[in-house]
Formats: sequence, C-alpha cells, structure tokens
Amino acid sequence: MKKLYIVFCFIFFYLPILITMIFSFNSSKSLTHFTGFSLRWYQELINNKEIVSAVSVSVTIAILATIISTILGTITAIGLSKSRKFLKEYLLNVNNVPILNPEIVTAIGLMILFSSISIDKGYLTMLLAHICFCTPYVITSVYPKVRSLDPNLANAAMDLGATPVQALFKVILPLLRPGIFAGALLAFTMSFDDFVISYFVTGNGVKNISIIVYNMTKRTNPTINALSTIVIVVIIFILLIVNIVPILRKSKERKYEG
Amino acid sequence: MKHFKHLTKPYIVWSFVFVVIPLLLIALYAFTTGGNSVKILDFTLRNFVKFLEPTYISVFLKSIKLGLTTTSICLIMGYPLAYFISKFNDKAQDLLILGVTIPMWINLLLRTYAWLNLLADNGIINNLLSIFGISPITMMYTDFSVTLGMVCNFLPLMIIPIHTSLRKMDNSLIEAAYDLGANRIQTFRRIVLKLSMPGVLNGIIMVFLMSISTFVIPKLLGGGQYLLIGNLIESQFISVGDWNFGSAISLLLAIIILISMRLMKKIDPQDE
Repeated sequence: MKKLYIVFCFIFFYLPILITMIFSFNSSKSLTHFTGFSLRWYQELINNKEIVSAVSVSVTIAILATIISTILGTITAIGLSKSRKFLKEYLLNVNNVPILNPEIVTAIGLMILFSSISIDKGYLTMLLAHICFCTPYVITSVYPKVRSLDPNLANAAMDLGATPVQALFKVILPLLRPGIFAGALLAFTMSFDDFVISYFVTGNGVKNISIIVYNMTKRTNPTINALSTIVIVVIIFILLIVNIVPILRKSKERKYEG
Repeated sequence: MKHFKHLTKPYIVWSFVFVVIPLLLIALYAFTTGGNSVKILDFTLRNFVKFLEPTYISVFLKSIKLGLTTTSICLIMGYPLAYFISKFNDKAQDLLILGVTIPMWINLLLRTYAWLNLLADNGIINNLLSIFGISPITMMYTDFSVTLGMVCNFLPLMIIPIHTSLRKMDNSLIEAAYDLGANRIQTFRRIVLKLSMPGVLNGIIMVFLMSISTFVIPKLLGGGQYLLIGNLIESQFISVGDWNFGSAISLLLAIIILISMRLMKKIDPQDE
C-alpha cells in the first residue's frame, strides 16, 4: 500500500518527462502516436541556428554567472562573520529578498532598473540579472560553514607568518570547499534553468533555452522534445554524479568502520 | 581575522544597486503616473484604485483560490509521501528524496510543456480513454490542467521540508507515547504531526508563494485567455506597456506574500 503510493507519486513526477523523451525519437510529427524510431528531430535541432545559439547563451551565461556569483558570495560570506551586528543583519535581510520575493517581482525590478539607466537589454543585462539571483544562494550555502569555522585557525596561520591573503587561500577556503561547491552547483542549475527573469531582462534577440521553448510551445514542434531530452539527460547526469558519489562513499566508509 | 571584514564591501554596493534600488523603483512606479520613463514625478494612488475594478479583482480572487487549492492538494498528497519515505532506512531515504528532487532541477518550462502532449484533446490520455469507448474529455485550457501542472511542479517543495522535519524526529518519543497508552491516531496527532509542523508550514509557504506568482504554467496549460496575477503583471510589462499599473500589482503581490509568511511564522509552535 505504502509502496504503491510512492510508485504512484513517482509516476506522476516522471511520466511527462518520460513521454517527452520517448516522442523525441518519433519519426513523425505526431505527439501522440509513436510511428517509428528516428533521430530526425535531433538532426533538425542541430541545424536550427536559433536553438544552437540559445544553447550557447544558456551555457555561457550559466558558467559566467556561476563563477562570478560564487566568488562574490564566498568573499561576502567570509566577511559577513566578521562584520558588525548592524551590517550583518542588514546584509542577511537584503540577501533574503531575491530568495523570498516572487521571481516575477525580482524580474520587473531589474527590468525597470536596466531601462532607467538605459543599458541596452541583451546578453549583459541577462548576465547581471543571473549574478543577482544566484549570489544569495551561494551566500546561504557558504555562510553556515564560515560560522562553524574555528576563528583561531586563520589567526594561527597569520601568527606563523602567513599574510591575510595566504591565510585565506591556504586555510579558510579549503575548509569551506563543500559549502562553496554546493553553492556553485545551485547557482549553475538556477541560472541554466531560469526563465522568468531572463525573459524580462533580455532584448535584441538574445534568447536562452527557456525563452526559445516558451516561444516554440505556441505550435507543436517535436524539436522541443529533442532539446528537452538533451537538457534533462545532462541535468540528471550531473545530479546523479553529485549525489550518488557521497552516498556510495558514505556506505563504503561504513563498511570499513563495521 | 579583522582583515576579512572588508570583503563584504563589493556585495554591499552590488546588493544596493541590484536589490534595493529595483525595489524602490517598483514602489516609485507604483505610486506615480507618467509612463515608462520617470521624468515628471506625478504622485497618485490611481494605479491601486484601478486594481479595484471588477475585472482585476476577479483575477486576484482566482489566483488566491488556485493557490489555496494547489497548496491543499500538495499537502494532502505530499504529507503521506514524506511520511512513508521517512520510514525507510537511511540509504533508501536518500535515494527516494533524490528521486523527488531531480524533477525540481529540470526546467519548469520543459516539465510543463510535457503535460501538453498528455492532456490535449487528441492527446495520449484521451487516446487511451477512447480505447475503452469513453469520449474525449477537454482537459487542456481549464482550471484542471492549470492545477495539475502546478501540483506536479510544486509538490516536491512540500515533500522535502516535511520529510526533513520527520526525519529529525526522535523515534523514542513515539515509543514513549505508545508505552504511555496512546493509540496510533493519538500518537500521530499529538506527536508526529505536531513535531513535523515546522516542515508543513515551510512547505505551505513555498507552494503558495510559487503557485500565486507563476505565469508560465497558466500561460502554457491555461491558454492565452487564462489570467492570474502573474499573467496580469507580465502583460502590463510586455504587451500593454502600463508599467505603473504593473508595478502596483507587483507591490501588492510582494506584500501579500510577506503577510502570509508572517502569519505562518506566528502559528509555528517551534518559533516561540
């Protein structure tokens, strides 16, 4: 009974995704009758310049936004633990705004900002917006790790003659690595999957994958199924590696202990 | 470690420009008229008065209604699932929760788009029904399809916090309750449900926040005529071009969410 319910819920989650994947290999345009196996839609995907450029926009923005927001978020989290109470409270509250606010409100706020300082909307504005909503997630993943650090470690390093920069790179950052890694992963997927904010702050024909899908859903188009399948496989692959490896490691350690 | 204090400076500037100023701009637009470039400041409450027109009020009520429906369905479906998962051994729990999380990482648009093939008039579900001689049912572009899309997308947001608080629970408390003569229902109500309350409240806030502000799901599964608050804001900025009115609605949306979070925090027994 319990297992049946769990299976039912998982079908509910995965059935639509599975069907998309199956029909991406359909030989006809039909989205309901499977007429035969073919890679036709993948071929069309590669030949579609608009889609290829959207993929490159999504990937490069996600990489750049991840790098920048990880650096910005990490140094902020480190500095935050040493700040005065007032500043700390202020920053933590401001940091929560993009996380708690509905995406659409963040999106229009940035859209108004960009048009009032009249930057041309496009790649740059999309990148800035992505850094803006990714950084808070990095800070929330790194900050707890900073707080649990022993403050004496950095002092000890400096007493032994390390410069503050050396202490940062040789002592503090290695200890924060799990938090930084988790934040970066979160930032990457948030950026790669984003639609709402990108949709409002882009312009001049710069589109990411989500915007292309949104524009294409107005008519049936099996190329989206092919695109979906690739994106889903890549994301699931990354997540499985990131999640399964620690689980395996944990059980191995347990085996050695036992 | 004092040297590191200055590391917050870049983000102080950044967050002021990209978080605080946009919020102020929304507020400024909401209380002024004068088109999409604020050159002449003309303060007014007209944008909020406009929202009181019956058309907009009905959009607002519909959004709240759908948000509450989605949240209730997610709670009813999600609680048992989180509870059942929490009864497995640690490793199985990790894997099952990973299974719940994975869909969340996949683009919301792609997941919503996937339902189109299933629900369409000549879609897969109706094809299956016709085999049994049942005439096609219109599912697309109705409240049903929009609610279904929301539940499917937001259910993990309910399951994960509930599961987290159930997992943290000390099992000896349940044993103690049985030892003291409580039956299963009493134990569940007085111990399990009470201790998982923080997770439940968190889940409710998350699902409600997401479902009240989304505009992608209603647009894809509800069609162009289907209006919720999110769609109303989108149309003001993208097609209609009345940024002042759009900002006023956004401000109201942000306030509603703030208030509901405060209310939820107040009834949280752990927060005292």
